[in-house]
Amino acid sequence: MTDYVRRHPILTAILAVLVLTLVLSSFPIVPETKQAVVVRFGKPIRILNSYNPRHPIGGPGAGITYRLPVADQIVWIDKRVLDVDMQRQQVLSTDQRRLEVDAFARYRIVNPLLMFIRARSEQQLQEQLKPILGSEVRNELGKRPFAALLSPERQGVMENVRTGLNKIASQYGAQIIDVRIKKTDLPDGAPLDSAFERMRTARLQEARSIRAQGNKTAQIIQAEADAEASRTYAASFGKDPQFYDFYRAMQSYRSTFIGDAQNKPAPTTIVLSPQNDYLKEFTGRPR
Amino acid sequence: MTIFSGLRGITRGLLADNKGPWGPSGGGDEPPPSDPPGGPSGPWGETPRRRGRPKLVSTGETVSLDEFIRRRFDRFGGGGGLPGRSGSLILWAIVGLVVLWLLFTSFHSIAPGQRGVVTRFGRYSSTLGPGVTLTLPSPIDRVKKIDVENIRSIDLGSASTEDLMLTGDSNLIDIAYSVRWNIRTPELYLFELAQPDDTIRQVAESTMRAVVAQVSLNDAMGDKRGLIEAQVADNMQRILDGYRSGVQIQGIAIKQADPPDAVNDAFKQVTAAQQDAQSYINQARAYALQLSAKSQGEATSFDKVYEQYKLAPDVTRRRMYYETMEQVLSKVDKTIIEAPGVTPYLPLPQVQKTVKEPAQ
Repeated sequence: MTDYVRRHPILTAILAVLVLTLVLSSFPIVPETKQAVVVRFGKPIRILNSYNPRHPIGGPGAGITYRLPVADQIVWIDKRVLDVDMQRQQVLSTDQRRLEVDAFARYRIVNPLLMFIRARSEQQLQEQLKPILGSEVRNELGKRPFAALLSPERQGVMENVRTGLNKIASQYGAQIIDVRIKKTDLPDGAPLDSAFERMRTARLQEARSIRAQGNKTAQIIQAEADAEASRTYAASFGKDPQFYDFYRAMQSYRSTFIGDAQNKPAPTTIVLSPQNDYLKEFTGRPR
Repeated sequence: MTIFSGLRGITRGLLADNKGPWGPSGGGDEPPPSDPPGGPSGPWGETPRRRGRPKLVSTGETVSLDEFIRRRFDRFGGGGGLPGRSGSLILWAIVGLVVLWLLFTSFHSIAPGQRGVVTRFGRYSSTLGPGVTLTLPSPIDRVKKIDVENIRSIDLGSASTEDLMLTGDSNLIDIAYSVRWNIRTPELYLFELAQPDDTIRQVAESTMRAVVAQVSLNDAMGDKRGLIEAQVADNMQRILDGYRSGVQIQGIAIKQADPPDAVNDAFKQVTAAQQDAQSYINQARAYALQLSAKSQGEATSFDKVYEQYKLAPDVTRRRMYYETMEQVLSKVDKTIIEAPGVTPYLPLPQVQKTVKEPAQ
């Protein structure tokens, strides 16, 4: 044996490498993130690490396994939660308003064998699901008025889409976890512009109403102040109306003829007759 | 020593197997006799001989790899630590490499804030906490270090571009926010989601839009922001838990919630109107304060005077009359006319002048 090795080192080396590869490829490693279908000459014979919601991570499934070299092919299928994106598309609501919608679905391949038989590869499965997701979303949203698309009821819409999509996905061994609308936008152009215009006019209206409200409040404050002042005056002056008349007249003369610091009256000439009450002592006549 | 000699045996076996290709290049003279039986080895055997010869011509008739090694080793002086011809340098190097390999792949130092996810032949086996831990060497156990404490942040929307969302009152709002998250369960994070970052981003966007679609524009821009943030974080967490993502949402921060540029002017007008309204009210308040002070002042002064007046009505009245007249008449031009009917003929401005001049 050793002699043979010594005499044929290259041949031995090649053989050794061959044996090693054979041995290694007979014991493939199944990672946690993959499921595998073992196919012998085109016929699926075993499923490895198939998804089971009851098995936690680290449960039986992943790990080292075996296969017949050459005869067995291993088809790897993702075990994780996968994503399918709907292309952005316009949806017409029942009240004829357009909305641009962007949605995505999350799914998991729960039956790798079915998926392998029906869709062959993950890529294919995604290609199958994408248009169905699109049409489901469009149909479901098209049944509702615009306002409902924005309301909490949207969740119910998505649930319907999910059920519809799930029915088809389960034929491919996939399970839809959820469907969500990512974006609901008004399409560019007329709808967006008219929305802007509506917002603008609504704001202007709001601005006007705020000013009017401010005015109203200001007027009420002033009127209340006036009322308060007049109540104060009445309480005080009402004690002796006659004296008030006299007192106020005196004040009035003063401010009319003399003015105060800010208000100088126009120069005045007063023509008095000696009979004036003020001058009654001036003439020296007896009373 | 016994271990080493055991290893030596193994490695020599390995050498004979794997490092076979060295054989011909070293012992170029050997293969030719064996050529006839091994058909495919023929061309291989010859090429290295031609190439190898110039290098090894000096050693000429080297018979085997071991002997070649021994000779070279002898040239370095001495048989090393091991007795006999097997204490070769290459063996030592290989042993060293294997030991290093074992050391590097079996000991794992996990930093605080990290976790090490161990997979044994691909199957998840355990999660290592911080510290130095021993596992089986590499091809069997593999350790992936995951940063769990580090809080990552995803920014959605930005100040420069418009990211419009529909609000509950079908207005549009330009919103920018960021999502802060970290990894709660590293093994779930590694094994359950195909594109974790993308998923978080999409879920954030979807949730934010769903929540904003339920509040009015003013609420979204104003004081309901905190509420929106909390609600989005809650909903996101629920959805991501549904995916078994192992992700913990730490919080949402709305960095910007503005009306779209196209209608910004109108929104500024609202602000202006609010300020106008406030200034109207302020003016009215000022007027009210002034008026109230004035009325109270006047009323009080009347009351004071009236108190005195009541004590001596007649005298006070006359006094006030004279005082007022005094003040008034001392400041104005006075003309006293005896006879009735003269007034019309007097050039009153003239009179005023003549009176004023002496005063100056």
